Amino acid sequence: MSIIVNEAGKAISRADQRMPISSLLKANMRKIFPDHWSFMLGEIALYSFIILMLTGVYLTVWFKPSMAEIIYAGSYEPLVGIHMSEAYASTLDISFEVRGGLLIRQIHHWAALFFMAAMIVHMFRIFFTGAFRKPRELNWVIGASMFLIVLLEGFAGYSLPDDLLSGVGVRIVAGIVEAIPVVGTYLMFFIFGGEFPGNDFISRLYTFHVLLMPGILLALIGIHLVLIFYHKHTQYPGAGRTNTNVVGYPLFPVYVAKAGGFFFVVFGVTTLIAALVTINPVWNYGPYVPDQVTAGSQPDWYIGFLDGMLRAMPNWETVIGSYTISWNIFLPGVVMPGILTFALILYPFIEGWITGDEREHHILDRPRNRPVRTGIGAAVIAFYGILVINGANDVIAITFNLSINQLIWFTRIGIFVVPPLVFWATHRFCIGLQRRDREKLLHGYESGEVLRLPHGEFIEIHKPISDEEKAVILAKEAIAPLPAPPETDENGVATPGLRGKRLRARLSRLYFGDDVATPTPAEIAEAEHHAHELHDHEVAELESAGKDVPANLP
Amino acid sequence: MSDSQGKDLATVEHGEAPLYPLPPHRPRTTDTDPRAARRAQRQVATQFALSAVLTVGFFVAYWVVPVDQTVELGPFGVWSLSNLLLGLTLGGAILLIGTGAIHWAKKLMSDEEIVDERHPLGSPEEDRAAAKEMFDTGLAESGFAERKIVRRSLIGALLLFPLPFIAFLRDMGPMPGTSLRNTIWKKGTRIVVDVSGQPLRPEDLQVGTLVSASPEGLDEIQEEEGTQNARAKASIILVRMSPDEIRSDQSPEGETWAYEGILAYSKICTHVGCPIALYQRRTHHLLCPCHQSTFDLADSGNVVFGPAARRMPQLPITVDDEGYLVAQSDFTQPVGPSFWERG
Ligand code: HEM
Ligand code: FES
Repeated sequence: MSIIVNEAGKAISRADQRMPISSLLKANMRKIFPDHWSFMLGEIALYSFIILMLTGVYLTVWFKPSMAEIIYAGSYEPLVGIHMSEAYASTLDISFEVRGGLLIRQIHHWAALFFMAAMIVHMFRIFFTGAFRKPRELNWVIGASMFLIVLLEGFAGYSLPDDLLSGVGVRIVAGIVEAIPVVGTYLMFFIFGGEFPGNDFISRLYTFHVLLMPGILLALIGIHLVLIFYHKHTQYPGAGRTNTNVVGYPLFPVYVAKAGGFFFVVFGVTTLIAALVTINPVWNYGPYVPDQVTAGSQPDWYIGFLDGMLRAMPNWETVIGSYTISWNIFLPGVVMPGILTFALILYPFIEGWITGDEREHHILDRPRNRPVRTGIGAAVIAFYGILVINGANDVIAITFNLSINQLIWFTRIGIFVVPPLVFWATHRFCIGLQRRDREKLLHGYESGEVLRLPHGEFIEIHKPISDEEKAVILAKEAIAPLPAPPETDENGVATPGLRGKRLRARLSRLYFGDDVATPTPAEIAEAEHHAHELHDHEVAELESAGKDVPANLP
Repeated sequence: MSDSQGKDLATVEHGEAPLYPLPPHRPRTTDTDPRAARRAQRQVATQFALSAVLTVGFFVAYWVVPVDQTVELGPFGVWSLSNLLLGLTLGGAILLIGTGAIHWAKKLMSDEEIVDERHPLGSPEEDRAAAKEMFDTGLAESGFAERKIVRRSLIGALLLFPLPFIAFLRDMGPMPGTSLRNTIWKKGTRIVVDVSGQPLRPEDLQVGTLVSASPEGLDEIQEEEGTQNARAKASIILVRMSPDEIRSDQSPEGETWAYEGILAYSKICTHVGCPIALYQRRTHHLLCPCHQSTFDLADSGNVVFGPAARRMPQLPITVDDEGYLVAQSDFTQPVGPSFWERG
């Protein structure tokens, strides 16, 4: 033991004569990180990424990114003698010839799915708690960019084996590229080195998948983490927590052990799942042949919403002279994803403009205290959910004996109707919770214990909530919407940009308007006083009736 | 309310002092009871030791179990034994390191919450002023502001130099030209069954059947070009109906594109290009598995449902002197998804 510590100490001191290692360690080793289960979501994403890089490097050892056609002569009997690309054949070899190859492939694929899932949930955690507010807007932008890159990265990896299932996905993407007005056909020819499917796509995609995108991701993750260090992590409201402190455990040793241990947990669990649950059995699909397709073909789940959008779109197309605009493909395939991306990246700035809030925030919001934001988030989940369902409408139709026609009409209408309803319901629900918080603060919580007073009345005993809970509730800021702008200033000059300011005031009212006020200290004192009086009154009544005063009477 | 810059502020400041103090630390049993601490220590060490055992197990499985050995696990089907054992041992070994470390942190390392102050994130005012001054000095020394001609020529050069890198991209692919407009079908090309390569006579097709077919010689062309491009455009489906079921087809005035109730349509969906072969005999509907576009083959291949905007192109067919089905010509319109120049 002492040997390890001594040697490490010596190594550090040697390094320290060449670099300011000790200063770096001193600044960071005992850095405090708050603890909460939801902070592990980003960690899961990070660890999945590391697992992907580790296993991905192994796969590159055997994978051949080539569309050259060969005749399969490997050990998977059902495909012997079949024409296929080298990419597909080498994927079979990894699965059937290399010891542990299948395991590595399956860990890689499962880790990719967990990565996406963890990122999405992480993003919602950031969204619902307002962790993207100043000073963390840039980290939101970086995060949202990574989300999009990982989406593309996942699709690229999924397509590399050149199996029938993924090949159909590539065909669909080629069709979407072709639908881009003016440049689409050229783009398609440049991407594929000519017509679809050509001979170049897999090797080009390979470089993209193993070099370009992971490189960009690595850089972005690096910045993401440095910013988290620099900003210090946010914390949830609670006793002892303020906007100017951070309460938690030190990086060394607690988080080195906890977060380091958690990496092994994520890795171990992913490996166990890869051992037990088959994923992407490409040998069942066969090699890609452009005139074949498997029925009920599904992309990986995170692409499903795009597919759902393509499916729901009415078949609009415009021909102007000798040119065609394929709205049916261009809108759901390019325009909508583009708009969603922009909205996602810009959200912190949009909200910041509406609230006019330029202060630093290190205490997280409770979702109920921002009903509009929470409502938007819930509506987005509903929107996404409907599209995912529609992306699998054929499978659902068969499973539940519905007609695809009905499902598509449900989607077409639902996509406009359900998210607003969800917004409204969530908003109401949040306001309700706020009201309950206020009640709890003023009158305590309903203990469920009932007391019969001598004159026959039943009262439920309210008990005061704990200081911890009070601190959480009181962390809600008192908020007033922006006032409507004056039409003219005091000199009668019209306010510049009146329209924009009006819009902003209106949005601000929407944003904060229905807020339930947090009780003021005076109100709390008043309520406490009142509770005392009531108590005294009850005690007096019980005593005058010659009864015992129960100990649980507050 | 306004902030320091006089802007409207919709909100009220958080206090800096906590309203309620941090609750006092509550010791764990491992803090107070040495026996509990020793027990926790044993648990942690056991997990690490088990991990090491499983790693040894991994090597046993690696050398003993052949890569192609399968096992039948009752209702769970057939498994690759190698994958199963390698994964379980490796996964277990990794997982136990993690759970051991976390257990260690939770039970034995200090769990007293520590309060740290946050410091203002921006640079202090004097640093900002100093930085600005340095920048101004440097700018003045460079002469970037005064030496217009240097500045402008530099900007010009910088704007131009990336262009060659864009030019490099030009050879990523050929220009589309008219290649999306034609396929390898020609007058007289025989129609052969997809997999077997057998040429077809009309009598080989019964009413109600649908056959995937392709032009004769496709495999040779594929071999020669080294791509599947020709196949991606030329594949067709043949359906036979009794002639009175056909309400319309795409033959122009004075031509007959069908042959005795046999119709040939492109197999490539006009939406985004999936191949289609799901056929409902009763309704004559062709259903795309990708996004459920549905085409009525008894009615010119028109779209009856779904996101596709165009009908399926029809291939004009007839029979040759030997009685085999052949194309009359290439398709008269581009097959597959729409594109800008398609018109
Ligand atoms: C490549 C994927 C990503 C990785 C590896 C990653 C990693 C992390 C980690 C480890 C943390 C600290 C723990 C936590 O708060 O959960 C974090 C925090 C954060 N992430 Fe991510 N993240 C990713 C994607 C995203 C996305 C998609 C967004 C939003 C669009 C985002 C925005 C943020 C923000 C604003 C913080 C600061 C949170 C705070 O201090 O409360 N990240 N990220
Ligand atoms: S490709 Fe056929 S419906 Fe989309």
